[in-house]
Amino acid sequence: MHASDTFSTASATGPGRLRSRRNQERLGRALAYLICTLVALAFVFPLYWMVTTALKTDAEIFLVPPSLFPADPQWQNFAASTEYIPFWQYMANTLLICVLAIVGTVTSCSLIAYGFARVRWPGRNGVFIVYLSTIMLPAQVTMIPLYIVFRQIGWIGTIWPLVVPAFFGNALYVFLLRQFFMTIPNELTDAARIDGASELGIFRRIMLPLLKPALATVALFTFVATYRDFLGPLIYLTEQNQWTISLGLKMFQNMYGAQWQLMMAAATLTMIPTVILFFLTQRTFIEGIALTGIKG
Amino acid sequence: MAAATKPHTARWDARKTRSLLTGLAFISPAIVGFLLFAAWPILQSFYYSFTDYNIFQPPYWIGLQNYQDLVSDRVYGIALRNTLYMVLIGLPVHLLFDFLMALLLATRIRGLSIYRTIFYLPSITPVVASTIVWLWLFNGQYGVLNEIVGLFGFSKIGWLTDPAFTKPSLIFMGMWFGGNTILIYLAGLRDVPTSLLEAAELDGANALRKTWHVTLPMISPVIFYTLIINVIGYFQYFTEAWVLTATRDGAAGGPLNSMLFYAMYLYQSAFQQFKMGYASAQAWVLFAVVLLATGLLFRFSGWVYYRSEE
Repeated sequence: MHASDTFSTASATGPGRLRSRRNQERLGRALAYLICTLVALAFVFPLYWMVTTALKTDAEIFLVPPSLFPADPQWQNFAASTEYIPFWQYMANTLLICVLAIVGTVTSCSLIAYGFARVRWPGRNGVFIVYLSTIMLPAQVTMIPLYIVFRQIGWIGTIWPLVVPAFFGNALYVFLLRQFFMTIPNELTDAARIDGASELGIFRRIMLPLLKPALATVALFTFVATYRDFLGPLIYLTEQNQWTISLGLKMFQNMYGAQWQLMMAAATLTMIPTVILFFLTQRTFIEGIALTGIKG
Repeated sequence: MAAATKPHTARWDARKTRSLLTGLAFISPAIVGFLLFAAWPILQSFYYSFTDYNIFQPPYWIGLQNYQDLVSDRVYGIALRNTLYMVLIGLPVHLLFDFLMALLLATRIRGLSIYRTIFYLPSITPVVASTIVWLWLFNGQYGVLNEIVGLFGFSKIGWLTDPAFTKPSLIFMGMWFGGNTILIYLAGLRDVPTSLLEAAELDGANALRKTWHVTLPMISPVIFYTLIINVIGYFQYFTEAWVLTATRDGAAGGPLNSMLFYAMYLYQSAFQQFKMGYASAQAWVLFAVVLLATGLLFRFSGWVYYRSEE
C-alpha cells in the first residue's frame, strides 16, 4: 500500500477530515520513530558498554561516575582474556558440536519432512500431529532417564549426548521444512515418478536443490541454538577440556569475577561469530523467523 | 464380477502398502527419535518418580513419598512460586512489549532493517555471554544502571541483591532478549491484508480501533502461537538466572532464593544431590502443569481467529 492510497480513500470523508487525518498520521509516524529510536538505543547500550568496558584498564572500570569512553583503549585485554581460560579450545569444542548437530539436524529433518509432506501414506496426518506435539515436551521430563542411560553407556564426559539426538530429527524444523515441501508443485515429482525415478532419487535430485534456502534456515537456527546452549553442556560435559565456550565463560565469571574488563572482552569474542553470521545471512534469518510464526 | 474386482483391490492394496512403507522409511529417524528421546524417557521418569534413586544403587520403590515430600519442601515451593511469577507477570510484559514494538515497526518507518537488526541481535547472542554483560550492568556499586538511575535523582537499586527487585530485574533484562518474538509479530502484521485496513478507515475507524478490530483478530493465530511456545519456555526458565546467581560451589538462586526457578531446583536435585527419583517427581509435576497451562490456553482460544482458506 502506498501513501497515496490512504489519502484517496480518506478523501471520501471530506477535506477537513483529510487534513486532520494527515496530521494525525504524521504525528503518529513521528512518535513511532521517537519510541523506536529510544528503544533501539537502549538495546544497543549493553553491547556498547560491553565493548568499552573490555577496553578499559583495571582501575578505570571502578571509576565513579564511569567513563563513557575508555581513556586509553586496552586492546591487549582481548588477547589476555583468551589466556585466562583456554578460550580457543572451548571455541573449537563448541564449533565441533555445532557442525555435527547441523549435519545431523539437516539430514534427518529433510528426510522426515519429505516423508510427511510428499509421500502419501495412511495415518500420515495423525502421526504428524503426535510428532509435532513433542515440541511442547519440557526437556526436564526426559533429562533424567537420558542422563542415566548415557551414563550407563559411558557417554557422560563426551559430546555424543549433545550430538547424536540431532540425527533423529527435531519436530519444529520438520514442521518448517514440511511447509516448504508443500509449496513445491506436484507436477515436478509426478513427471519424475512416471519416468520411473525412485522416491529417494526424487528426494535427492529434485527436492533437495529446491529446498536449499529452507535447509540454510534450519542450519542457521541449529547453529544458534547449539552455540547458545548451556544446560546440555552443563549436564554432559563433565571434563573441563571438553567444555563449550558458554561453560567456560561461566567458569571465568566464577573464578575471576572482579576482572570485568577481561570478562567483557571474552563475552565480546564469544558474540562475534553469531554477529558475523547474522550479517552474512540476514535474509535467511528474517525469512526463517517469519516462517516459524506462521502456523498451518 | 467378483473375480474382476479382486485383482483391482489387490493392486490398490499393494500400492497402499508400498506407499506406507516408503513413508515410514522416510520418517524412520523420527520414529526412532520419538521412541528413544521422548516416549521411553517420559515413561521411565514416571517410574523413577516413585523411587528413591541415587544412580549408584538401583532404584528403590517408595510409592508416593517423593510427591508427598514436594508438598512440604519449602524451597521447592519458593521455586514454584518464582516460576509462576515469571509465567504470569514476566511473560505478559514481554509479549506486550514485543507486540507494541512490532506495531511501531509496522508503520512503514524508514530504516526498518536497521531497527530490525538492533532488536534481533541480542536474541541470538549466546545467553551466557549476554547475561554476564547484564551482571556487570546490574552491579550494585559500579554498575552503569545505578549511575543512570542516579542521574534521575534516585538512590541506588539492589538489582540483584534486593529480593524485592530481583525478579523485576530479570523481567527487565528479558525484554532485551525478545527480538525474535518482535520479528515474528512483524511478519504477522505484514500479512494483514491492507484492503481490510482501508475498509475500516473508510468507515471512519481511527488507528486504535483499526488495531483492535482488524489487526488483532487477523494476527491472533500468531499471538496464540507465541503464547503457547513462551508459556512452555518460561516454565523451563533456567540459564539467565543460573548465570546470574550460581556460585563456584554450585549454590544458586540469589538472595532469599528470590531467583531460584523450577528448572534450577530440579537441576540441583538431580545433578548435584543425585536425588533422581525426587527430581523425576518434580519433572512430572512440571509436565502436568505445562500440559494444564497449554490445555487451558487451547480451551479458551475462542479469541483466536483463523482465516478460512481462499
